Amino acid sequence: MEFFLQQLINGFTLGGIYALIALGYTMVYGIIQLINFAHGEFFAAGGYMGVILLSFFASKGYMQTHPWLCLGGALLLAMLFCAFLAMAVEKVAYKPLRHSTRLAALVSALGMSIFLSNGLMLTQGVYDKPYPSGFAQGGFEFGLITVSYLQITIVLVTIGLLIFLNILVFKTRIGKAMRSTAQDKVMSALVGINSNKIISLTFAIGAGLAAAAGIMVGLYYGSVNYTMGFVPGIKAFAAAVLGGIGNITGAMLGGLIIGMVEIFGAGYISGQYKDVFAFVILISVLYFRPTGIMGENVDDTRV
Amino acid sequence: MAVEPILELRDVHTSYGAIKALKGVSLTVRPGEIVTIIGANGAGKSTTLMAICGIIGLQQGEIYYNGEPIHGQDADLLPPKGLCQVPEGRRIFPRLTVEENLEMGAFFRRDTKAIQQDMAHVFDLFPVLEDRRTQKGGTLSGGEQQMLAIGRALMSRPKLLLLDEPSLGLAPMIVQKIFEIIATINQDGTTILLVEQNANIALQSAQRGYVLETGRITMEDDARKLLDNPRIREAYLGEV
Repeated sequence: MEFFLQQLINGFTLGGIYALIALGYTMVYGIIQLINFAHGEFFAAGGYMGVILLSFFASKGYMQTHPWLCLGGALLLAMLFCAFLAMAVEKVAYKPLRHSTRLAALVSALGMSIFLSNGLMLTQGVYDKPYPSGFAQGGFEFGLITVSYLQITIVLVTIGLLIFLNILVFKTRIGKAMRSTAQDKVMSALVGINSNKIISLTFAIGAGLAAAAGIMVGLYYGSVNYTMGFVPGIKAFAAAVLGGIGNITGAMLGGLIIGMVEIFGAGYISGQYKDVFAFVILISVLYFRPTGIMGENVDDTRV
Repeated sequence: MAVEPILELRDVHTSYGAIKALKGVSLTVRPGEIVTIIGANGAGKSTTLMAICGIIGLQQGEIYYNGEPIHGQDADLLPPKGLCQVPEGRRIFPRLTVEENLEMGAFFRRDTKAIQQDMAHVFDLFPVLEDRRTQKGGTLSGGEQQMLAIGRALMSRPKLLLLDEPSLGLAPMIVQKIFEIIATINQDGTTILLVEQNANIALQSAQRGYVLETGRITMEDDARKLLDNPRIREAYLGEV
């Protein structure tokens, strides 16, 4: 029982992170029907920005005096950086292909992914970069279960971002413009919406969320690597597909499920197969229910 | 001296790939008028409206709105200038609520108070929309969607409203109602360019009409005279 609860907490932490990444896939797909395979790289870039900023803060001694402020600042700056990076990527790699075949844009996305991860390797090196330690050490102990402060931080930040995104997309004027652009670009133009700006903004928001996830993974596992975007990227993609690609609530749900399945699979079946479970789900969903959980008929929260 | 036209097309040519859609369309609309373009399916009526709104680029020709050239301008810059279209098939945002659809019509506006007033005005014109305000646009009936499409356009406070086939697929009673509303909108000061396959009702509600045939304007006259024209009666009003 203790083991189960412990895994549940771990699964929730990991699932939230996948959900954050999955949102970027699903939002971009919702608006321009492109699977942005470079999306995992924004996650990695966010992780690196986190390590660079936090190490800088640590070297100045701020980490010891104002750890929360440093984390908040690093989170915000990394999200902004990745948002701008994503807008640049969209402009260079996708916008010129807006009216060509979907396959052309997809290949461009794969190329962008390779370009960005190699860019990370060349600028940051091939070795793991350790996160400054000593942040949010310790945790609560309930009998045999431990919930670290770091896990609580991660879960709270994740929930905060998910709520923020929901309000943004479903309540604000800009969010409504995003949804109408996803639904009908010509009609959106006819009411005065500049779809280029909206598409650019969608990339920025998705990348910002991925960057936040990158920092949290860095903190959680203690280090980052230039290849770190690949596997979580694909798992988050599986999460987006599982939830119903294009559906925001679906992506959150899908992320959570993939995280849980991965943790429980690793815990109860075999840790060596932990990467396999997400792909089993991906293949099963594509085979049995390609529209995903929230796809097709349940369309209330599609972008 | 004649009034300055609110809209003027001069020798407009467009094409879809190798297929020429418009082959030199010229027309003018003066402030306060209801002008109609009638023509068969595929004559280029919708293309004309989409070209005016900047959705379809011109190959040749010029379009002036209030004396200002608008050809080559981005489509999203036109609604703030008071040029607005209710497109063919209504194009309601299916997964936005009725209220959100109306809000999108006022997307470029920031005057929240006035937007609320305009929404109340739309609900006065179409009470059924108020009953359905939290319902998704895609769940409305055809007639309700047409009302919503017109309401959404009104939310931008248009000076010139382009209407594409507002009667399409609707029951005769609803069509009657829609055209009554169109007349009201016109009386409230909005100029209207109306595209219709239903030439009868279009010519009855308009002051002037153009006949579009395979991408060319073939006739232009007062709506009354077109209604009485034997050739029009035969070709578009179903009389032998």
